[in-house]
Amino acid sequence: MATKASRSAARLMMAPAVVLLLGWMLVPLIMTLWFSFRKYLPLRGGDLGWTGFDNYVRFVSSSAFWPAVQTTLVIVLGVLVITVVFGIFLAMLLDQPMWGQGVVRILVIAPFFVMPTVSALVWKNMFMDPVNGLLAHLWRFLGAEPVSWLSDASLSSIIMIVSWQWLPFATLILLTAFQSLDSEQLEAAEMDGAPKPQRFIYIILPHLSRAITIVILIQTIFLLSIFAEIFVTTGGAFGTRTLTYLIFQRVLESQNVGLGSAGGVYAIILANIVAIFLMRIVGKNLDA
Amino acid sequence: MARAVKTQRKLINTAVAWAIGLVIFFPILWTILTSFKTEAQAIASPPIFLGFDWTLENYAIVQERSDYMRFLWNSVIIAGGSTLLGLIVAVPAAWSMAFVPSKRTKDILLWMLSTKMLPAVGVLYPIYLICIELGVLDNRVALVVILMLINLPIIVWMLYTYFREIPGEILEAARMDGATLKEELLYILTPMAIPGIASTMLLNFILAWNEAFWTLNLTAVDAAPLTAFIASYSSPEGLFFAKLSAASTMAIAPILILGWFSQKQLVRGLTFGAVK
Amino acid sequence: MTMKHVLGATTALTLGATAVFADSHAKTITIATVNNGDMIRMQGYTDNFTEATGINVEWVTLEENVLRQRVTTDITTKGGQFDIMTIGMYETPIWGSNGWLVPLNGLSAEYDVDDILPAMRGGLSHDGTLYAAPFYGESSMVMYRTDLMEKAGLEMPSDPTWQFIREAAAAMDDPENDINGICLRGKAGWGEGGAFITVTGNSFGARWFDEEWNAQFDQPQWKAALEFYVNLMNDYGPEGYATNGFNENLSLFQQGKCGMWIDATVAASFVTNPNDSTVADSVGFALAPNSEGVEKRANWLWAWALAIPAGTQQEAEAKQFIEWATSKDYIELVAENEGWANVPPGARTSLYENPEYIKVPFAQMTLDSINAADPTDPTVDPVPYVGIQFVAIPEFAGMATEVSQEFSAAYAGQQSVDEALEKAQAIANEVMEAAGYK
Repeated sequence: MATKASRSAARLMMAPAVVLLLGWMLVPLIMTLWFSFRKYLPLRGGDLGWTGFDNYVRFVSSSAFWPAVQTTLVIVLGVLVITVVFGIFLAMLLDQPMWGQGVVRILVIAPFFVMPTVSALVWKNMFMDPVNGLLAHLWRFLGAEPVSWLSDASLSSIIMIVSWQWLPFATLILLTAFQSLDSEQLEAAEMDGAPKPQRFIYIILPHLSRAITIVILIQTIFLLSIFAEIFVTTGGAFGTRTLTYLIFQRVLESQNVGLGSAGGVYAIILANIVAIFLMRIVGKNLDA
Repeated sequence: MARAVKTQRKLINTAVAWAIGLVIFFPILWTILTSFKTEAQAIASPPIFLGFDWTLENYAIVQERSDYMRFLWNSVIIAGGSTLLGLIVAVPAAWSMAFVPSKRTKDILLWMLSTKMLPAVGVLYPIYLICIELGVLDNRVALVVILMLINLPIIVWMLYTYFREIPGEILEAARMDGATLKEELLYILTPMAIPGIASTMLLNFILAWNEAFWTLNLTAVDAAPLTAFIASYSSPEGLFFAKLSAASTMAIAPILILGWFSQKQLVRGLTFGAVK
Repeated sequence: MTMKHVLGATTALTLGATAVFADSHAKTITIATVNNGDMIRMQGYTDNFTEATGINVEWVTLEENVLRQRVTTDITTKGGQFDIMTIGMYETPIWGSNGWLVPLNGLSAEYDVDDILPAMRGGLSHDGTLYAAPFYGESSMVMYRTDLMEKAGLEMPSDPTWQFIREAAAAMDDPENDINGICLRGKAGWGEGGAFITVTGNSFGARWFDEEWNAQFDQPQWKAALEFYVNLMNDYGPEGYATNGFNENLSLFQQGKCGMWIDATVAASFVTNPNDSTVADSVGFALAPNSEGVEKRANWLWAWALAIPAGTQQEAEAKQFIEWATSKDYIELVAENEGWANVPPGARTSLYENPEYIKVPFAQMTLDSINAADPTDPTVDPVPYVGIQFVAIPEFAGMATEVSQEFSAAYAGQQSVDEALEKAQAIANEVMEAAGYK
């Protein structure tokens, strides 16, 4: 149906978006690349000249590098697993008939509207504080020793906070998928005597696969660069330093823009590895 | 009999769902409750749930210290502006990708998404320097453009998946009937696309509203939105839970209310083409 | 609400919004400041300044970490977003020497620049030129509960040792009544736990670097200091002290959950304020401790000061504001309205000669603590740097934050003291090498 004319019209319509994004990608990327080869120390007078691959070597040989990559992946994976699993469960539940469905749905999606800074502050101070936090009170009420969440269980705490923020998103998308589930097919399977777990694995999960892919893709994009949650809660201490946070430390705390830029290039590489990996799955799933 | 079973199941579902919903919502509820306490009551041990002297003191203090409306206004302009601008750029792009797909369409889409993966902090200095060069620090228009660019990939993608669900046959039928491109857009496509556009707008508005890196680092006074407002209440000296709660409530209330009223649209449009 | 409404409302809001433009900037100065109590109070008095001078003031009030990030980005890139920045004793000499700050010369006679406490003036100058005017200054000191000390049958000397502090902590520690013997900072960050452990190190005879800029974390003094701290806190400190900073400890002390607290002298006015503190009338003060036989005490020196970035269009107006905010008159103004205990402390000699002020219970001890700190001679062994709880070089903030993160991990029991010191040594040497000191 696509004629030549409509093709060129289509190109014209796509052009602004493509050009803008290309600019938004290329300008900072080129500047980052440029700085990554410079000795750029703002507090020592700025750009002090060419240093070759020094910054790259230094960044990757720092003892903080590999743990940071690992932390990044652990957080991303942890949050993905939690939000997808609980998201499926919640979506399944919310799809059932009940009283006050609309209100419950509102309660469940509410965390999505909260700014990351606010949610980190609230969790850190009002819930996870080992003395005045609500969880500490609860633990003491149950007769247990309060936990110092952000030091003793730092990574899990951050995963928890971030999962709380993203669970609504996963639930929403999965819920829309559930709502389009062919109930006749399910009923037929029920008639045939297929037990519940089998119905779930053979009918529900395949139906959800597309939605799950979307959840994973979109969330990964945002999770790779989470920052506020760490900045506010632990400041990168106790093994919660992600690659993004490490770059932040190099650029802003150590005021070494060259080194941080080299880190930025590594982060882009990591993001692209993850992206290619993801695109493989998504690409396949999106073809349908 | 079957009916009784059904009612019983519905009862259990309701109970479980409400319990989970309340647990998930609890941190927000607790923040809102705390905002009406005095600082001493906010850290009282054991914690007080409802039996405290409700006070508006914290809101008064916060309002006196910082002009809430100015921050709110900036948030509305920046989030709203970037959403509208994003739509203007994204709708044609998504439309053409959906209805005139080429071999490269999917690659372009995936590439667009991958631009979102650059860590913002790595390019803080470059962007800051560019903003100085252009004289647009602490400028709302600059933030509108930047946030538009940040969220553009998501908008394009969402709209694309939405548009793709509009059956092409309808368009062809319209063309057969002699509809012009303009008519096609105006009378056929637009009405069908509105739910998708509405939820795209909502999602984008929420993302822009909550963006806290660029909005904080590129503003000072004139363009400072609610994220900057919050940064002046996080961890000061002395007791601050109640004041922080009040400030937090003020910062999230508008978007929470918007989200609640429009959750049906959000649910409908958030499919990302996942429902087929 | 239908989606048409949503669409309509959003559109209308945005269209309306774009029609509004920022108002003009006639005689308006923009001040970036930290959200500490004294600065918030200053904001409240801005109208007095505007009335007197006709200059409007716009405040950008941010949390400390965000503020640092914000003003540093702006000054290093010459962004020109602020006419006055609130900075500390660490930044001032570095920025001043880079020529990024307007020298505060030619201040009016009425302002009486010689009245600024010598320690503060020294710390905010570079090569004898003052680059920032102290809004308030602080050292560190011991704050303790007089009632608990009495109950324990001990008496706090005015110049305690760490060994005595440990003994007192043991005596006051009372887990059943939710009282910790001692509360100290453990939170990662150069300005938080990093500052505290550095002065603790000083008081055990340790130092960051020797005169050739070799890191000294492999020396026995550091091990002694860190081990003492960890043991003290594990035995008598609060739960989760590894994440406690100034603020967390302040609220613990105010709630009566600490027997002692060694921290900034400015905290004295918060813990003795009956509106916020449950223990307001039973707080005593003493000099920061030293380890027995070590001549240096755990005193730090810090000032929050107002500086003018070079290149501002409103230099004269900014100077006028600084003269107003750090003047004797401003102190009087606050005293008149909120009482002497709430004036910004630690900046001016005349304040401590004021018979009214010296009646304030913590006034004398604050002055003594400030005078006991000497940034030019911070450690027992000689060092190539200036600064007590920091090393005044640009690389310090980033490096010390990483070091203090290793220490905090040791406080939380995630690694041993030896491991933490080993990593600290590696981090510090790595940074020094990269920066070309060695």
